[in-house]
Amino acid sequence: MDQNTSKKLYWRKNLQTLFSLLLIWFVVSFGFGIILVEYLNAIKLGGFKLGFWFAQQGSIYSFVILIFVYVYRMDRLDKEFDVNEN
Amino acid sequence: MDIITWTYILVGASFALYIGIAIWTRAGSTKEFYVAGGGVSPLANGMATAADWMSAASFISMAGIISFAGYDGSVYLMGWTGGYVLLALLLAPYLRKFGKFTVPDFVGDRYYSNKARVVAVICALFISFIYVAGQMRGVGIVFSRYLEVDINTGVIIGMCIVFFYAVLGGMKGITYTQVAQYCVLIFAYMVPAIFVSMQLTGNPIPQIGLGGTVADGSALLDKLDGVLQELGFAAYTSGRKGMVDMLAITLALMVGTAGLPHVIVRFFTVPRVKDARLSAGYALIFIAILYTTAPAVAAFGIYNAIDTVAEKPIDELPAWVTNWQKTNLIKVDDKNGDGVVQYLADPAANELSIDKDIMVLANPEIANLPNWVVGLVAAGAMAAALSTAAGLLLVISTSVSRDLFRTFNPKMSEKKELRIARLAAAGAVILAGYFGVNPPGFVAEVVAFAFGLAAASFFPVIIMGIFSSRMTKEGAIAGMLCGLVFTMAYIVYFKFVAPEMNSAENWWFGISPEGIGSIGMLINFVVCMLVSRFTPAPPQEVQKMVEEIRIPRGAGQATGH
Repeated sequence: MDQNTSKKLYWRKNLQTLFSLLLIWFVVSFGFGIILVEYLNAIKLGGFKLGFWFAQQGSIYSFVILIFVYVYRMDRLDKEFDVNEN
Repeated sequence: MDIITWTYILVGASFALYIGIAIWTRAGSTKEFYVAGGGVSPLANGMATAADWMSAASFISMAGIISFAGYDGSVYLMGWTGGYVLLALLLAPYLRKFGKFTVPDFVGDRYYSNKARVVAVICALFISFIYVAGQMRGVGIVFSRYLEVDINTGVIIGMCIVFFYAVLGGMKGITYTQVAQYCVLIFAYMVPAIFVSMQLTGNPIPQIGLGGTVADGSALLDKLDGVLQELGFAAYTSGRKGMVDMLAITLALMVGTAGLPHVIVRFFTVPRVKDARLSAGYALIFIAILYTTAPAVAAFGIYNAIDTVAEKPIDELPAWVTNWQKTNLIKVDDKNGDGVVQYLADPAANELSIDKDIMVLANPEIANLPNWVVGLVAAGAMAAALSTAAGLLLVISTSVSRDLFRTFNPKMSEKKELRIARLAAAGAVILAGYFGVNPPGFVAEVVAFAFGLAAASFFPVIIMGIFSSRMTKEGAIAGMLCGLVFTMAYIVYFKFVAPEMNSAENWWFGISPEGIGSIGMLINFVVCMLVSRFTPAPPQEVQKMVEEIRIPRGAGQATGH
């Protein structure tokens, strides 16, 4: 694999990672917290209605996890394609 | 010891700490002044970013806004945290690889145009000034409430402190002061929240306490819903805003957050691309600690307020009510003369008005906490206001010295540039102080402006600059201007020209001025892409640069030349 195709593949994999993580980002906040909030509120999570919990708590926890998953996956991807920093 | 002594001791000690750090971390070069020499560890940078980002508004007002808005307040919680996902995934690593000092730097270089750079500088200055004026006002308010000095004296004391460490230390001084300020502010926020959560729900973790049960065994949130509905308000956990507006505001705040220059510039201070990603993660953890506690403080606050004040005889009200009545933040007016406080949704019969800031500021007193906790909250609020003000002042001074002076006088010596940067910072402190003393009546209104503007101007151009090598300077300038003009026109129309029209039935697609930045952003994206298709492709070296910033290796240190 020459350097140019390798770089292209790296970028494509990067975009795939971004796309899947941003999809989750959209679903937990705009999806669960706003669009589907009424439906989810029928479900109880302890003293919380689930939709409300996502809007004021769950989405934020998910954001934190998403960034760390991204950090981990990109670290591995950088090494795999030998573009990491030392 | 009484409250005021504790406040003097704690606020004084925190100020001494910030000044000590500033002296210890004095900046010697432009690189240290702009990006702290590019050697800040991701953890420290994360903490500094969190302090930079969380302003007086986050610390003092946000919980109170949620208290009264209930579910609708979620837009702020999701909006002001979700933007960090965008920052981490779409901006921070690439801008770090690009390796210059400012956002206008990137816009100017990527779009091979000083016109684009100047448009970016103007946006950056405008956004930062709106913001910094609000912070200075916040400092003044905290001073006047807790230390019983005149609000203007408070602003001037705040100015001197910020002046000292921002002008002297530059980014290096600011970074390490912000780390200390984060520790002060988060401790000050959490201590009362934990105590209140214990008292109300028996659980020391506010995030869990929010979903816990109160003394009579029913869930806190259900009980709150019931009580509010009985008084004629909407249920706490259900929304009043339209769904489209909720979506638009949340998106505008997220994208605006990711486009704010004083947040972006923090990611230039870490050594590697990898650290920029990690640092965004740490920043969000530190922010999330406060942002997941705020909704708990909000619900506890409104619950406590109703519980201890509503339907109680006026001469038996708790001490905190009488204390805060002096500041006019809480007002009791026995309209029907029955000697009992009625809290009702109907404004004609309601006898109790509570300012949103009470929920955080009076929290320790409502919960009967010791006096030192009150002093701590004052120090925390001050830390939140000062750290944000310093970050913004730095953006202003950098924009002036680097993006304006250096662009038009590239041969300027580094020493001279540093002097201009310090002078610009000093000038900005004085101007910000002026606005703090004479606040323009529209400060609250224009905050929506800052986010809308950042969303509609910077975000799309930076994203397109990274993810499309075909994006041209004509596209970028046209996009920025269209997004900007549209967003500005919409906000100015509804906020200033025809405020009486500012209601849901007149808004386009039911989107309020707070959320219109998201449409401005879409317009910017579309114009960018269309214009770029019909204009000549960017020069070879720019396309090569775009290829380069996509690859982490070889980031090196941020350089000026």
